[in-house]
Amino acid sequence: MKARWPSTQAWLMSEQPSSGRQAALGRAYRAWVTLRANRLAMIGLTIVLLLIFVAIFANHLTSYSPTVGGDLRTERLLPPSLTHWMGTDEQSRDIFSRVVYGSRLTLMVVALVAIIATPIGLFVGTTAGYLGGWVDTILMRITDIFLAFPRLILALAFVAALGPGIENAIIAIAITSWPAYARLARAETLTIRDADYICAIRLQGAGPVRIIWGHVVPMCLSSVIVRVTLDMAGIILTAAGLGFLGLGAQPPAPEWGAMIASGRQFMLDFWWVATMPGLAILFVSLGFNLLGDGLRDVLDPKGLK
Amino acid sequence: MSFTRWRTAVVFMCFWLGVCTSAQARTPTDTLVIAWSIDDMLTLDPAESFEFSAGEILGNSYQPLVGFDLNDVSKVFGVVAQSWSVSSDGKTFSFTIRPGLEFASGNPITAADAVYSLTRAVKLDKSPAFILTQFGLTPQNVDEKVRQTGEMTFEFETDKPHSPQLLLYCLTANVASVVDKKLVSSHERNSDLGYNWLKTNYAGSGPFKIRDWRANEVVVLERNENYQGPQTTLARVIYRHMPESSTQRLLLEKGDIDIARNLTADQIQAIKENADVSVQQGVKGAIYYLGLNQKNPYLAKPQVRQAIKHLIDYTVIADTLMKGKVSVHQAFLPKGMFGALELTPFSLDVEKAKTLLAEAGLADGFTVTMDTRNTAEATGIAQAIQKTMAMAGITVELIPGDGQQTLTKYRARRHDIYIGRWGPDYQDPHTNAETFARNPDNADNADSKTLAWRNAWEIPEMTAATDAAVLELDSQRREQMYLDLQEKQQQSSPFVIMFQEIEVIGTRSNVKGFVIGPSFSTNSFQSVTK
Amino acid sequence: MIWFRPCRWLLPLTRLVSNLAVTLLGLLLVTFLIGRVVPSDPVLAAVGDRASQSTYDKAFIELGLDKPIYEQFWIYIKTVASGDFGTSILTKKEIVDDIIRVFPATLELATVSILIGTLLGVPAGVLAAVKQGKLIDQVVRVIGLIGYSVPIFWLCLLGLLLFYAKLDWVAGPGRIDISFEYAVNPMTGLLLVDSAMQGQWDAFKNAFSHLILPASLLGYFSMAYISRMTRSFMLNELSQEYVTTARVKGVPEWRVIWCHALRNAAVPLVTVIALSYASLLEGSVLTETVFSWPGLGQYLTNSLQNSDMNAVLGATLLIGAIFIGLNQLSDALYSSLDPRVRKRL
Repeated sequence: MKARWPSTQAWLMSEQPSSGRQAALGRAYRAWVTLRANRLAMIGLTIVLLLIFVAIFANHLTSYSPTVGGDLRTERLLPPSLTHWMGTDEQSRDIFSRVVYGSRLTLMVVALVAIIATPIGLFVGTTAGYLGGWVDTILMRITDIFLAFPRLILALAFVAALGPGIENAIIAIAITSWPAYARLARAETLTIRDADYICAIRLQGAGPVRIIWGHVVPMCLSSVIVRVTLDMAGIILTAAGLGFLGLGAQPPAPEWGAMIASGRQFMLDFWWVATMPGLAILFVSLGFNLLGDGLRDVLDPKGLK
Repeated sequence: MSFTRWRTAVVFMCFWLGVCTSAQARTPTDTLVIAWSIDDMLTLDPAESFEFSAGEILGNSYQPLVGFDLNDVSKVFGVVAQSWSVSSDGKTFSFTIRPGLEFASGNPITAADAVYSLTRAVKLDKSPAFILTQFGLTPQNVDEKVRQTGEMTFEFETDKPHSPQLLLYCLTANVASVVDKKLVSSHERNSDLGYNWLKTNYAGSGPFKIRDWRANEVVVLERNENYQGPQTTLARVIYRHMPESSTQRLLLEKGDIDIARNLTADQIQAIKENADVSVQQGVKGAIYYLGLNQKNPYLAKPQVRQAIKHLIDYTVIADTLMKGKVSVHQAFLPKGMFGALELTPFSLDVEKAKTLLAEAGLADGFTVTMDTRNTAEATGIAQAIQKTMAMAGITVELIPGDGQQTLTKYRARRHDIYIGRWGPDYQDPHTNAETFARNPDNADNADSKTLAWRNAWEIPEMTAATDAAVLELDSQRREQMYLDLQEKQQQSSPFVIMFQEIEVIGTRSNVKGFVIGPSFSTNSFQSVTK
Repeated sequence: MIWFRPCRWLLPLTRLVSNLAVTLLGLLLVTFLIGRVVPSDPVLAAVGDRASQSTYDKAFIELGLDKPIYEQFWIYIKTVASGDFGTSILTKKEIVDDIIRVFPATLELATVSILIGTLLGVPAGVLAAVKQGKLIDQVVRVIGLIGYSVPIFWLCLLGLLLFYAKLDWVAGPGRIDISFEYAVNPMTGLLLVDSAMQGQWDAFKNAFSHLILPASLLGYFSMAYISRMTRSFMLNELSQEYVTTARVKGVPEWRVIWCHALRNAAVPLVTVIALSYASLLEGSVLTETVFSWPGLGQYLTNSLQNSDMNAVLGATLLIGAIFIGLNQLSDALYSSLDPRVRKRL
């Protein structure tokens, strides 16, 4: 690979970095190069970026409204054509624009769940792992209780209790996601808890909070990020599953799982109504999985090639 | 690599087995297989059962005292009862039981069984009991008011001289079915009147007997050899629980089931092409309506109520989303019921709605929520309404929920707009008038939670008119009273009545004779041939 | 010192049992609280919309809803401990009976699914590991990736459409045809087992053709994860020294892969399979809806939608207990199969 900016590249790849920033940037650059070599991971990254792009520029990509349908008499259940790229649904709405606007909902669910669940998981896991003793036991007991449920069933129970709606679905999925991250963070913490440099910092007088947040968490971060990325596909599928059961986003919101649910009665004659959102979910989950795999190969030092 | 080959072979064998065994699975000629969503069934006891699916099953396996002609509902005839008469004060009805009838168990039907059935229903006081207790019967006085006067005769005393039509129609309901006293009493535990046994067992005299009920799975009925009427050609009738309508359609087209009950409007249009399948329709008494909560300050304005009635595209919804499954109907008594009003004064008129809203001072519109059950029909109609209301500036937010959640909110009067479906409990107009046009007590903790109460509609005069109509003995005058009530409602009520249900079923072309009545308990498969 | 031996496993055993008990109790508490927060009225589910106020009040007291919440929970714990989960509002039967009735259906589906998943996934994973980097590796990985990126309910709908409606290769939804409704005596509740034991081979074939499609779809789901884990474990093993030694010694390649490397990879693999088995319970909730399969998943969804909270608690408790049990089992299996881990106990 020819270097375009040979001097910058040399600076980044230098074996003797002269500042913390150079070392960090160098690490990031090396990670990027490794990732770039992995073709499947790049496909995944492209898909994720495409999702973000579509979500941001949704209103430029399509002129039809995703929620207000056309004339019920003439525009209902039309097959894919040049005017309606993915056909229309039973309320005469353009399916392509619903899929495109639905990407916003999907992205919102994924982002919010990640933002809510990851800090909680990190906090619980690192605290339990570092402090040990009865704190560890109690926190792990609580984690085990939540892990004792299959994720969809627990989310189902929460949404059934809180009432259907996309906000409640997000809360329910977040509640069922953090235990896995906590477990992971605790396992990572246990391996580095007794490392020399941690002891050194402790000797210097750092308190547990500083140690946990300043040193332990950054070490766990990479594996947790990998796990979260891999989990995003699962989050999308769970949200779609909830939408399928009528417990997620509500009509007329263009949530992909709910679209499959309302489209399934038309499967035989108007296959596109349920198939298009299904393909969208498949595509996006695949993208996150590929990206997560690639990130794991890059960030996780114990990972297998 | 032989290991892999062996494993691959095993997998192939599995698929091959699957291939070989998908032989044509046609239903046997003496068995009728019906696919329906029967997860609403809670019990087999006529004194407690109040759900649609159970209503149909009990309607075909138990016999009531009287019945009515489906083609002309004003013609009432005796089923278990042979004849009846009314006393001069209009409060005591004497019934004579038809001689020679037997239960499926072989026990003869006597007046003791009729009295037992009626008193039992009142004493157990379950959901459908109000149909009988509205005549002034209570668990304490019922033994005295409903009394056996001879081996084959008994008397029924009411508190007020109600129209005899009302009592007779009420006796056609499932709650008044005749149950086998000897059989049920023999299974009584701790004086529960056989309640715990009859929940999952059968003690009737209809053309079919119930053999088996596995909740959310299957109900099996068998021919009753002791039935005194014409014997059916079917040896067995099986209801298979199938919540997915597309699954029902697939099985129907392949011949794995005979009748599919939950097909959607689009599926019905699609199967009409198939020569092996035919479509049957029957008008039902259920009506779809919107309830506008008068506690909401916007909806309480009379102009707003009338404006909303003009903001729904009735004909388009009936022709597209609900094609073949509803007809436009805008009065609270369904077509086919005595006293029904057929006027449909409302249609989509955005300009008129806007003028009315301007009159109410809401020219810019307002925001309101609509509680919608998450069934395909309710959601579809709700979304269409959302679109047309937006044309006049009214923003409707849909709040979904399952049946129980939305119902709980409705009964607590915490909704704005509720989209609902109301089916009559018996064939007399009082059943709907009592709930749409009667609100004796509008307080929050009132005992009677009629639909008018749930929408906080204060109507003392209409309540009095409804009470008078039920006591009116002259049938022409009574009819006029109900027509007046409905016209007044159309002009002022918070009920936007939209459609009347048409039950549509898909059947295999060789299945004939399924009768669709105005209510589920009057659906009958007694005369079905294959 | 023979009498010290029991102490070796007694301590971990008691720890296991107490872990289990505490987790189960926590499970109960969580589901109980969820049940009481539900915004729908369980009394309405029991008496219906048109009941009079007096009927409603009677049912309210009958269901024990007038007592304070901690008392309700205490009563619930007591009854559960005695094996009584209460009566289902919907089916009017004992919940224990209900669960005994529906559980075999899910068990049958999950077992056949995991068999298919393992039979397909393990060889695929081995193949991908052996031919690492080549096209076949990429293909297997992508097939696997699609497997756990696809929404299972969508796949089931498509599968039904294709294999049942269009191709007529398999029988339709439901466990068995109507004509075989009473042919098989339900002894274990597992139709394949029962019909085979009673020699009803027609019924067996029919039940199998109903089972094969949902089981294959769920199996594809678990195959994806199993093949991926097999691949990574195998890669780990194949890079070990003993593999190189065996090859140098002249052991045939297939023996190296299947008898040596796989056998060692089987240790963590077994735990993966156990966990996949547990997660199939999750997939079954959606699959059973599409295939009208009268199992635990459908029972749970129905009960949730009708606010039959006792049934929900009973079913969730069972699922949770199975999950915990399988987790503990996989831990135990791991430590028993891997002598290096055993010492740690």
